[in-house]
Amino acid sequence: MAQASEHKEPLIHLSKRTGVAPLRAWLIRLAAVALGLIVCGLAAMLLIERLRDNPGRIGEFYYTFIKGSFSTSRKFWKFLKNLSILLCISLALTPSFRMRFWNTGAEGQTLVSVLGCIAVDFYLGGKIPEWLLLILMFIAALACGAVWALIPALCKARWNTNETLFTLMMNYVATFLVSYCLVIWVANGSSSLPKLKTGKLPTIGNDYLLIILIVLLLAVGLYIYLSYTKHGYEISVVGESVRTAQYVGISVKKVIVRTMLLNGALCGLAGYLIGAGLDQSVTVNSVGGQGFTAIMVAWLAKFNPLVMIITAGLIQLLNQGAAQISQDFNVSGAFPDVIVGIILFFIIGCEFFINYQVHFRSRAGQEGRSVK
Amino acid sequence: MNMWLNFLIDSLAFGATFMYGSTGEILTEKAGHLNLGIPGIMCMGGAGGCLVLNAIGKSGLPGFLIVILGVLGALALSMLCGLIYSFLTVTLRANQNVTGLALTTFGGGLMKVIMSKMDATVYLVGPKMLYRWPFAGRQDSLQCLGVLFFLAVIVALAASWVLFRTKVGLHLRAVGENPATADAVGINVTKYKYAATCIGSGIAGLGGFYYIIDYMASQEAYLSLEAFGWLSIALVIFALWRPHLTIIGSTVFGFLFSASSFITNISWIRVTMATKPILQMLPYVVTILVLVVTSVRNKRENQPPQSLGLPYFREER
Amino acid sequence: MEKQLALQLRGITKRFGRVVANNHVDLDVNRGEILAILGENGCGKTTLMNMIAGIYFPDEGHIYVDGQEVVIRSPKDAFDHRIGMIHQHFKLVDLFTAAENIVLGVHEEGRYNLKEVNQRVTEIAGKYGFHIDPRKKIYDMSVSEKQTVEIIKVLYRGADILILDEPTAVLTPQEIDKLFDVLRRMRADGKSIIIITHKLHEVLDVSDRVAILRRGEHIATVNTAETNESQLTEMMVGEKVSLDIERNDPVDAAPRLEVMHLNLHNAEGLHVLRDVTFTANGGEILGIAGIAGSGQRELLEAIAGLQPQMEGDVIFHNPKKDKPVTFFHKSMKRVRELGAQGMFHDQNMKPVSFDGMSTAEIRKWVESGNVLFKEDEIIDLRDKTPLEIRQLGVRLSFVPEDRLGMGLVGSMGITDNMMLRSYRKGPAGFLDRKKPRELAEEIIRELKVNTPGVNSPVRRLSGGNVQKVLVGREIAFTPKVLMAAYPVRGLDINSSYTIYHLLNKQKESGVAVIFVGEDLDVLLALSDRILVMNSGAVTGIVDARHATKEEIGLLMTKTDRARKEEA
Repeated sequence: MAQASEHKEPLIHLSKRTGVAPLRAWLIRLAAVALGLIVCGLAAMLLIERLRDNPGRIGEFYYTFIKGSFSTSRKFWKFLKNLSILLCISLALTPSFRMRFWNTGAEGQTLVSVLGCIAVDFYLGGKIPEWLLLILMFIAALACGAVWALIPALCKARWNTNETLFTLMMNYVATFLVSYCLVIWVANGSSSLPKLKTGKLPTIGNDYLLIILIVLLLAVGLYIYLSYTKHGYEISVVGESVRTAQYVGISVKKVIVRTMLLNGALCGLAGYLIGAGLDQSVTVNSVGGQGFTAIMVAWLAKFNPLVMIITAGLIQLLNQGAAQISQDFNVSGAFPDVIVGIILFFIIGCEFFINYQVHFRSRAGQEGRSVK
Repeated sequence: MNMWLNFLIDSLAFGATFMYGSTGEILTEKAGHLNLGIPGIMCMGGAGGCLVLNAIGKSGLPGFLIVILGVLGALALSMLCGLIYSFLTVTLRANQNVTGLALTTFGGGLMKVIMSKMDATVYLVGPKMLYRWPFAGRQDSLQCLGVLFFLAVIVALAASWVLFRTKVGLHLRAVGENPATADAVGINVTKYKYAATCIGSGIAGLGGFYYIIDYMASQEAYLSLEAFGWLSIALVIFALWRPHLTIIGSTVFGFLFSASSFITNISWIRVTMATKPILQMLPYVVTILVLVVTSVRNKRENQPPQSLGLPYFREER
Repeated sequence: MEKQLALQLRGITKRFGRVVANNHVDLDVNRGEILAILGENGCGKTTLMNMIAGIYFPDEGHIYVDGQEVVIRSPKDAFDHRIGMIHQHFKLVDLFTAAENIVLGVHEEGRYNLKEVNQRVTEIAGKYGFHIDPRKKIYDMSVSEKQTVEIIKVLYRGADILILDEPTAVLTPQEIDKLFDVLRRMRADGKSIIIITHKLHEVLDVSDRVAILRRGEHIATVNTAETNESQLTEMMVGEKVSLDIERNDPVDAAPRLEVMHLNLHNAEGLHVLRDVTFTANGGEILGIAGIAGSGQRELLEAIAGLQPQMEGDVIFHNPKKDKPVTFFHKSMKRVRELGAQGMFHDQNMKPVSFDGMSTAEIRKWVESGNVLFKEDEIIDLRDKTPLEIRQLGVRLSFVPEDRLGMGLVGSMGITDNMMLRSYRKGPAGFLDRKKPRELAEEIIRELKVNTPGVNSPVRRLSGGNVQKVLVGREIAFTPKVLMAAYPVRGLDINSSYTIYHLLNKQKESGVAVIFVGEDLDVLLALSDRILVMNSGAVTGIVDARHATKEEIGLLMTKTDRARKEEA
């Protein structure tokens, strides 16, 4: 038996944690972000010539990060605006993610909504009163987003079609739909639609204040919807266990379709804020990849709408700070993507240490030690 | 008729980009990992290859050596990305979608940072004649097919052969279908997942390299690369997870993508500027149709691998 | 005849936490014999075999193969010692052919050639009399074909010792005959076969020797030729243990739930419920005994509306005669329907008609308590979804076997789990957490649930506490029928007694309790009547006050065929 007990357990043994104190989880995440920032600094020393030649200026690098969002009030408002749009799309994704419906199509759902609302503006702008135009644009945006999300939802409910791949493909259909419309609309062949003069959401105080308030309201509203209403409750039950849902008589298909309609409509709202609130125009880059970033934002927040304000803020802070760096240090405008990518790797990786416990078997074969 | 042939050849050459990309993605998906990082990985492959070419482009080394070193450079960086992805999703069991998207953000960004600082005249001059062997110097359209194109076809066929005709492929497919069963018969699930993801990433990376230095061979090529990464993921579905079918699929996709500039030459088809986006949309629409039809028919062989997207944790058995 | 020892176990012990699954078990297996391992559920048969097959590692004890001590840490080690196990749940890749599954993970010299593999598979099959198409995909196969693949998989790897875990549970009588022929041929070929089963008839039919396990201990090994059914049953179930469980006589037992000619085929096309007919009375506990997987789970799910493909009738008798109708359990729509059917009269026995009345008027009348049922309400639950059953006002509670996968939501707290049944009530749109929280607190207090708080995820609670939460919720719903599947599985003694007590209290308040159990002592002590199931059919309903363990044991283990032969 002595021989046998030596091989009793493998050297490293993993087990799922049953629960972890929230404070500790957040400390682990904070440590991951800090570690990520250090790696970002190292990456910058490799990529940015000025730092490569003079590593002492690394302090300036981190300072520029903060400067990007906070040095002037204009930058701060821009930070809040970008944060709001990103947050809005992340919030839109939350109901479907809570239901474990992996919607990777927020980009397309939002883009098609921008297109819908600009189409209304393009054809009806100036012909009907502005207030009616804004309402029609709103309806069009919500409807387009909802339809774009409904198609994969119906296929999922009816034939169990893989929703991740389906929604992903819908993004590109939306992109080319936009280029098609632009070719039709813009006579001179430049495919870029000049800013329309109608269909502009009124502003209060600052240019962006209304948008920011709408999205904040949405965050609170969605939090209430998910935590305090019967619909939200049904979403959680379906997401956790389809069998439990059937056991208590919840129609899973109905919940899938209803939730995806909501998801699409909220993407529609984001599209409306972009189309009517900011751009009064549409291009294939109107959403600019935020539909994908939103997936990560929502996931980082563990699908909690209020926490999402923080995670969207973090990503936006990184984006804007790194953009400032690429300006000040004269590197490519794609530099923020590198920074965001690195930080995300660290946050994604650290979840493992929150969810799992690593036990090392000690050499003597005694009780396994456990390590956080 | 010659015009059609020219066009077919051009589509083939263009399609090789996604042939690489989707062959790589198929290997990864067959191991149960939906790698949305493929666009980023292809970018990094391109960047890796160009970095090497940039360093040795004017060194006067023999042409074939330069090509080989370029390929190795592409493989090195893209496989490194594959390693990051596997470490996060296999060892740390992170969410595959989020990890993939982060990798695409990272890879796409880093490539642009790297490429923007390089001199295209250096990395493109290289032994251009050599990539185009054996058709180099010809005046007809065959001159756009070269070594890297044929490599793509060979890799796709070889991947199919390995997947469906060898023991290793059998084991890999078992890992993607049902990792618990594979584990029970003594297959090292982790090893297979790592190997498939890293090799798949390497292959995809070659696609990026090919696109920048061979098919496009232009200064701006890298800016449009990421979009073709996503098209490669679509092609996986279109090819029903069979690498050899990507050869046909990539040609169809390549055809549709470049058809608009081509059919303006044909008198009996009335084209407008608006035709182009519709044609370019078609690959995705067709892919969606394939996805829906296969799910309706529910034929088991044409479905995504059964454990696609799910992390495997042995203690949960 | 000269016997050669193939496998010896000495002093094998395995513990899971505080539970001892195997306690110093000794066992010998000879070459060229079929050894049956017999025992009730949970006696440690499968655990013991899993240790030979490399799934678990023993805490104590020694294993010898051909007289040499061996260490088996993984299925691969087991194969290296020529031991192979065919598990109850097949481990096959559905998308692959039989042959591909068979060679999976085998390291062979030379190139991989599927044709050769197919040929070799056909050879092995031919040698032992299997019928198999090596090119057929697993997803196209019947259960018995899949089992054949598993057996050949083991033989292909060169196993000389084969362990089969309940191989006949999923087979038809004809398929069982075929399997036994194959096993006999393998025995003639010198292989050692260990077969786990609880079907006595089969044990006597096929085995050379029988080893009996009870509560993790090896009781005896006897030669099959020298034993009989009643001796084996006695050794298997052991002495009757008297338990201190209260049991009052039923008061006014009246039919509450009638199940008639229930038939069900599962997704694999297996006939899992065969013409099940019985009546459950109010004020009585009806125990359901049977080997695990005899159709108990499907029966309860069919009654609860979770098996839409079922055929047959489930009739619910609602004891409502001369009782007022309320909106607590009936919707306005349902009250109108019943009114239109002339189901109500008032206190003066005058028929009630709602014709021409507005909703508000009806509501007022009903709430005055003056609308009474003329007769007991009789409701057919056939083809009804769980929600429809609920909306009809049928108070049917169900404690499923899979507590965290079906009965509760693991990530939610006790309060939110209380809402699963009742969340639809209350103001439109929003959830009312007040009452569920009060209920949660009451359950925690009354049933002494050990939890950090009402909002702490139930997944983190111990098994006993989880079960208290689930049973507590189902009872709080004041059911007329309470179905509980294995409600004390995995619970400690104190928690078990809490559950028995709760069931008894329900019985006293007139509820029809259906209790699916595995421990015969508990079933005999708690139930009023016991229904015995075997392979999806009811093999008998006995009076629990007078039945013996042996009697029930025989009903549980005898196959249809054996009974027919006797008749």
